[in-house]
Amino acid sequence: MVAADLLVAQNVGFGIISLLMVVSALRVVTVNNVVHAALWLVVVLSGAAAQYLLLSAEFVAITQVLVYVGAVMVLFLFGTMLTRARIGAESDLNNKNWALGIPVALLMLGVMTYVIIDGFGSERLIENPGDMEPIPVQVISDDIFGPYLLPFWALSFVLLVAVIGAIVLARKD
Amino acid sequence: MLAQEMTSEVVASSGWFLEHAWVIPIIPAVAFVLIIFFGKKLPMKGSELGVFSMLASLVFAGGAAWQWIQRVNSVVDVAHEAVAEGAHHAAPFVAPVIQEWTWWQSGGFHFGIGQHIDGLALTLLVVVAFISSLVQIYSLEYLRGDRRYTHFFAALTLFSAGMLCMVLAPNMVQLILGWEIMGLCSFMLIGHWWEEEANSRAALKAFFTVRVGDMGLLIGTAILFFSANSWTQENLGVSGFNISGLSAWAMSGEASSSALTWGAVALFIACIGKSGQFPLHTWLPDAMAGPTPVSSLLHSSTMVVAGVFLVARVYPVFWEGMKIGDTNINFIVLIGGITIVIAALLAFVQHDIKKVLAYSTVSQLGYMMMGLGAGAWLPAVFHIFTHAFFKACLFLSAGSVSHSGSHHSFDMKKDMGGLAKKMPITATTWIISTLALAGVFPLAGFFSKDEIIDNVGYGGYNAFMIVGLSGAFLTAAYMTRATYLTFFGKARGAAAGEHHDEHDAHADAHDSHDAHAAHDAHDSHDAHGADHGPHESPKLITVPLMILAALALVAGLSNATPFGESWERFKKYVEPSAEYVAIESHMATGPGEAIIVPQQNTTAEGGESKYDEGCAVVAPEAGMACYFPTVKHAPFKWSKAALSLIIVAFGLISSWMFCVQYYTRRNKRLVGLTERSKVLRGGYTFLWNKYYLDALYEKVIVRSIAHPIAAAAAWVNQNILDGIVNGVGKVSRRVAGWVYRNIDQRVVDGAVNGSGAAARGTGGALRPVQSGKVNQYGALLFAAAAIGALILVIINT
Amino acid sequence: MLTAQFLLLGAVLFCIGVYGVLARKNAVMVLMSIELILNSVNINLLAFSVRHGSVDGNTFALYVIAIAAAEVGVGLAMVLLIYRNRRTIALDDLSEMKG
Repeated sequence: MVAADLLVAQNVGFGIISLLMVVSALRVVTVNNVVHAALWLVVVLSGAAAQYLLLSAEFVAITQVLVYVGAVMVLFLFGTMLTRARIGAESDLNNKNWALGIPVALLMLGVMTYVIIDGFGSERLIENPGDMEPIPVQVISDDIFGPYLLPFWALSFVLLVAVIGAIVLARKD
Repeated sequence: MLAQEMTSEVVASSGWFLEHAWVIPIIPAVAFVLIIFFGKKLPMKGSELGVFSMLASLVFAGGAAWQWIQRVNSVVDVAHEAVAEGAHHAAPFVAPVIQEWTWWQSGGFHFGIGQHIDGLALTLLVVVAFISSLVQIYSLEYLRGDRRYTHFFAALTLFSAGMLCMVLAPNMVQLILGWEIMGLCSFMLIGHWWEEEANSRAALKAFFTVRVGDMGLLIGTAILFFSANSWTQENLGVSGFNISGLSAWAMSGEASSSALTWGAVALFIACIGKSGQFPLHTWLPDAMAGPTPVSSLLHSSTMVVAGVFLVARVYPVFWEGMKIGDTNINFIVLIGGITIVIAALLAFVQHDIKKVLAYSTVSQLGYMMMGLGAGAWLPAVFHIFTHAFFKACLFLSAGSVSHSGSHHSFDMKKDMGGLAKKMPITATTWIISTLALAGVFPLAGFFSKDEIIDNVGYGGYNAFMIVGLSGAFLTAAYMTRATYLTFFGKARGAAAGEHHDEHDAHADAHDSHDAHAAHDAHDSHDAHGADHGPHESPKLITVPLMILAALALVAGLSNATPFGESWERFKKYVEPSAEYVAIESHMATGPGEAIIVPQQNTTAEGGESKYDEGCAVVAPEAGMACYFPTVKHAPFKWSKAALSLIIVAFGLISSWMFCVQYYTRRNKRLVGLTERSKVLRGGYTFLWNKYYLDALYEKVIVRSIAHPIAAAAAWVNQNILDGIVNGVGKVSRRVAGWVYRNIDQRVVDGAVNGSGAAARGTGGALRPVQSGKVNQYGALLFAAAAIGALILVIINT
Repeated sequence: MLTAQFLLLGAVLFCIGVYGVLARKNAVMVLMSIELILNSVNINLLAFSVRHGSVDGNTFALYVIAIAAAEVGVGLAMVLLIYRNRRTIALDDLSEMKG
């Protein structure tokens, strides 16, 4: 592998963002404060948006920021505040046998890591990195409203049902 | 070669009705929507929309059929000139009129909708539209005053739309669409009077039983699609759902034989469910709980032939998949043969006139299946055609009897008898149809059923020819019994005028007062008639009966094999040609024209020995395709026809004599025979319980599926988990006892406490598995997934 | 850039999410962990989208985001309902089985 092919800037960027994401993700599942966890989650989601940019998926990255970091996080904070008046550290956020999760997660990680390295090894994501151009929104829309129209309809239906369901569930009566 | 040049210039004639046959199911579909939304506000409560839409469909179907005849003539006439020059003898290929548009797409798959019009589709279109029209007219009177009058007509119209949609489907997806619409409507219509629990149970049973078979339809379609798609895309430019594509693929010789076999078996399971074949026939007699017009339309002449139609439609798949060409017993002929006999036997022990007809329908469907399974394609399709007329007539006659003669009872033994004099028109139409069903010359059934039996024997299935002949005997006998009980002998029960007590007792027996009210509403119009006892039905009922009876008389003449080839019009216009067809001429060119109308093309230099070559035997060369196998046609012989006529006559006469002796004269030697003879009683009980198939399904199969799951869970809880816990406890207690007895009391406390702790510890260790806590279930799930993946990785490396 | 690096990042996030789902007691926290899992899936989808030079991965990533929004909405509504009925959203206390 020649050094020039390595795309130093992108790889360094990837490394930094990944590190940030992993650390934040670990904080999400370990901190004792729901609001803090939500804020760490914001970091992970923003990092994911940055990774999408590295993968030249601009539209998805923007959607990620708008929908996830914007709407979903606000929803989470609302949920937290509506269910817990107290905002602060709590002692019992974990299960009694929370340790069960560690071996399971490590086992899955081991299997997946082996499979990925065995399957892809040192394969390049793309032969000629210069070819990586941002995907125009028009192409994506052609894809959505062309071959994947049916899933789109189904999805619209799911969203409608979710809206109605959320109203029915959360309504006071 | 000259002939080829000439014929290749022929452009098959077409026409507006043929090109626009897709309108036919649209009309009733639109009418359905209108009836649902505006029906109740209309002067006739929406029924006029239903009747009008069916009549319009009939006109369109008739126009299309006429133009198809022109089209066949335009091709055949030229071919005849060629025959005159000695070029070839085989029937020329008349291209079906296929149009297909993209209905929806997902991923790379396009699902089409459109029409595939050929002789088979047109036969069914005309029959369905015709019978539907008559049944709707009949229902105007029969259901007058019913509380769900509008809904009834809506469901009936939607049903017709579904059936028509299925019949002209150019691909399996549209076929499934129509198939399922029919299934839904049959559920709604059988359960029309759902206030009575028996009716809603029957509706559910019909729905679920058919659904068991429908799984086969989905699986079979999927199997065929995935094995055929690449071939059809490459060679014909159509998807693997396309019916003509599937046919060509099956005949191409390049299809995987296991895919064909399993696809055909799966599809045939769907046909078993829909067409009431053994062993899934049990729903059909129960479906008689619906109103009589429903039985007449759905469960005799249209819906139940959907299965037969499916086999006939993708016949090459079955032909190749089941190896129909050679004379070994195959799945289809076997099921058909069994069905004929078992259903006919069951018809003897029924008291309910409609159930006799239901089993008769099952038995006749068995004939169609047996014919298809033995290679007798044309007689089977022709039997669909003739059977529709006389069976619809029989059902409507039965409805007429119950409507005006027996005060809404269908019990032949209790409430009928001697009605021939009081209801002359109904009795006459019934008797004509009975004779047609029995296969008496020259009525419709003779020309179709006899042809099936004849061709089955000619195809090499001698054992099944005997089955067919005994079926003919049984048919004649049980229909005579039903006729005698209904129209002759002494009037009994309601037929003799003593109706109200009977009826009220009957209605009160049901808890549901609603049902009673519904029936009262239904009855109100003929209150005066009830006072006068049995009488002839009004015109709206008798006119459809007369039309159908007239057709039962003459429909057979449309393919009267005995009178020579010029009488075989049905064969000429309906049977597809087994010619090799050049593919290039009808490759896909664009949407709306999946397969363009091809030039007529013939290359086969068929001689007299045409069964030795042709599509079924020799796979087409590259660039050519076959759409239909070469089927054999038995040459007609009067000797064979005479044999079956004698058998039928024997059945009619012996059964008549038996009935006179048994039911009227109460002959001592016959009456009570089933009580006296053990063998006969055993046989009767066996039949009366319908071979115990219902008991098998409900008590054994359903229970053996539903119960074990619950039982297994309980067993695991009781025996394994508790067992381990208890076992450990018991063992420890015994150990403790042993210790107590043997080591005296020095370490008693310690030992007992220790064993108790051991028991509690083990129980406690196992208990969390069944904690009801989401996290732990999740942990088990993910761990199991990870371990599963690990095992896969280890196996694959 | 290697294919494996994105996939590994996805795998790590996925496992952290799984750990969160298993270890957390608070229902809102479990929902957050599920969001982590969904994001790891999205990273994989986009990586494969680039690798195969196809736009389908982008499309499905968008679908996943939409589904996630619906899921959070319904999930939080359920949490609210549970909280209103039981004054707790600890998943442990929701069990009615006497394990």
